Amino acid sequence: MNVEQLYEFLKKTQEAKGYFFHKDKTRVFHLLQGLLENRERYGYMCCPCRLAADDRDRDRDIICPCVYREPDVAEYGSCYCGLYVSKEWNEETIPHSYVSERRPPEKASR
Amino acid sequence: MKDPDIKLYALTTCIHCKDTKDFLDKCGVDYDCVNVDKLDDDERRRMIEEIKKANPGCAFPMLLIGPKVIIGFKKEEIREALNLE
Repeated sequence: MNVEQLYEFLKKTQEAKGYFFHKDKTRVFHLLQGLLENRERYGYMCCPCRLAADDRDRDRDIICPCVYREPDVAEYGSCYCGLYVSKEWNEETIPHSYVSERRPPEKASR
Repeated sequence: MKDPDIKLYALTTCIHCKDTKDFLDKCGVDYDCVNVDKLDDDERRRMIEEIKKANPGCAFPMLLIGPKVIIGFKKEEIREALNLE
């Protein structure tokens, strides 16, 4: 699967759930490229903005879409990477603030 | 005046790391960059231990500007630490 195909597939499935790609397609493609690279390296699409432990069980919470996407989009209008955002975020009717890392520090790579 | 020592810990796939690199480049400052995801196992383990001393959650990017530690792409904090207008 190439980036374009991944984009089309995820756009369809995630928009149906109320999660939209960031309106800047260049950023989205950089992140999707990272997801494909991580799939190649680790065997699963780990979050491109976090360091994978290369252990599917340890990384389960950060396989994209990560478990933090829902609370992050609810609070900030954007996930940690800014790959998925709310409609309001893309329309700039809510402020664009930096999304703090919600993942507990003890879960970080060793 | 000599620039403070600047060191960036980053991931090649991370968009905030890319934003930080682009911003530092635009500011015309010299910095060392370690792409932690590209290190081999031993070096990576050693680097993670080092990063966790200042950044227990091992979040990226982590930028060291002299004694100052900036976690995440925080443009204003970087600007301030670099003494830029």
